[in-house]
Amino acid sequence: MATIHVDIVSAEGEIFSGEASMVFAPAVMGEIGIAPRHAPLLTTLKPGEVRVQTPAGEEQFFYVSGGAIEIQPHVVTVLADTALRARDLDEAAALSAKQRAEEALRNRGDVIDSAKAQAELVRATAQLKMLDKLRKIKQ
Amino acid sequence: MPGIKEIRIKIASFKSTQKITKAMKMVAASKMRRAQERMSATRPYSEKIRRVIGHLRHANPDFKHPFLVERPAKSVGFIIISTDRGLCGGLNVNLFKTTLAAIRDWQKQGVDVSVCLIGAKAVNFFRRLSNVKTLATVTHLGDRPHVADLIGTVKVMLDLYREGKLDRLFVVNNVLVNTMTQKPTVRQLLPVAGEESEDNKLQKLWDYIYEPSAAELLDGVLMRYIESQVYQGAVENVACEMAARMVAMQSATDNAGKLIEELQLIYNKARQASITKEISEIVGGAAAV
Repeated sequence: MATIHVDIVSAEGEIFSGEASMVFAPAVMGEIGIAPRHAPLLTTLKPGEVRVQTPAGEEQFFYVSGGAIEIQPHVVTVLADTALRARDLDEAAALSAKQRAEEALRNRGDVIDSAKAQAELVRATAQLKMLDKLRKIKQ
Repeated sequence: MPGIKEIRIKIASFKSTQKITKAMKMVAASKMRRAQERMSATRPYSEKIRRVIGHLRHANPDFKHPFLVERPAKSVGFIIISTDRGLCGGLNVNLFKTTLAAIRDWQKQGVDVSVCLIGAKAVNFFRRLSNVKTLATVTHLGDRPHVADLIGTVKVMLDLYREGKLDRLFVVNNVLVNTMTQKPTVRQLLPVAGEESEDNKLQKLWDYIYEPSAAELLDGVLMRYIESQVYQGAVENVACEMAARMVAMQSATDNAGKLIEELQLIYNKARQASITKEISEIVGGAAAV
């Protein structure tokens, strides 16, 4: 019986890798069933279940919270998301990242002050050390 | 010569410092092992997604995604991944040196440079530079960074790239060569560099069936690809941080040991001198009587 290789991976680890006789996945346009020698297909996944039928006739279930699936005649690659994705959520995350950057810039003033103070401290200690050395030489 | 008591106090303080550095070293060692495991766990995803991208480059969609198209560089962006905490030797300093060299190179060509910062150390360092614009920051990812924490910062850069305000995007992070050596590296993220896939069997003229549309799909996949690259960089940087801290703390412990030894010698000498002095005083006193 013909089989197809299946890799299910997420960014934080490998989930499944092995041969299958049939794979079912929740694509955005509806559930798809993939048999060996399927035509090349690229689509995104909705949150749902990926079912893998092994050649031995067993069925394995994997939950994915979305992602993408790539189908080549002999390989199926499921790129599962670990994070919940939605346009609004991504937008909010981007916005807060920008705000953090602006805040860091706004605090620049007192950082310069503290840097200045630090530089002065270093200079003062160096001067003290120099004086100490001079005193020793005189003795 | 300083008093005996002062030396004794100094020795005690060095000993407690040594205990702290030793404990930090052991903590770093165990964290490093876990970080390395996480590092290898991210590998399958980035390998697979690279394979998909490789296939994509061979496919012939009637639509060219901006992430795959090279433009003349007028402004470039750097995503700089540093640590949140110090006490890890020259790890961050080396990283910033490499980054600055790369930034200077671009600036010499009259190219605008802006950065996206990950980690408190980078934020502290780059806010002192006035000719580099900071676009986004994220700090305190902890020892176990999550993809979800990075999405926002990466999106800021990708959006700018899409709008044509950035023409190149690089990621800078430390690469773990082994426990003793961490190498700062600059890698190009965008446009996605052409990596020749080994599948020459793939016919030259074919295309995917795209559901729903090529534009939307490519965008999703490429975005995830970039995110996974940045995520991998972040995870690897944590492993580097732990390795560097382990080495730094080991040498600090050794140095404290050496100092204690030296001080102990001085202390013994001082103690002996004071005893000798006392005896000679007693003997002198007895002779006088």
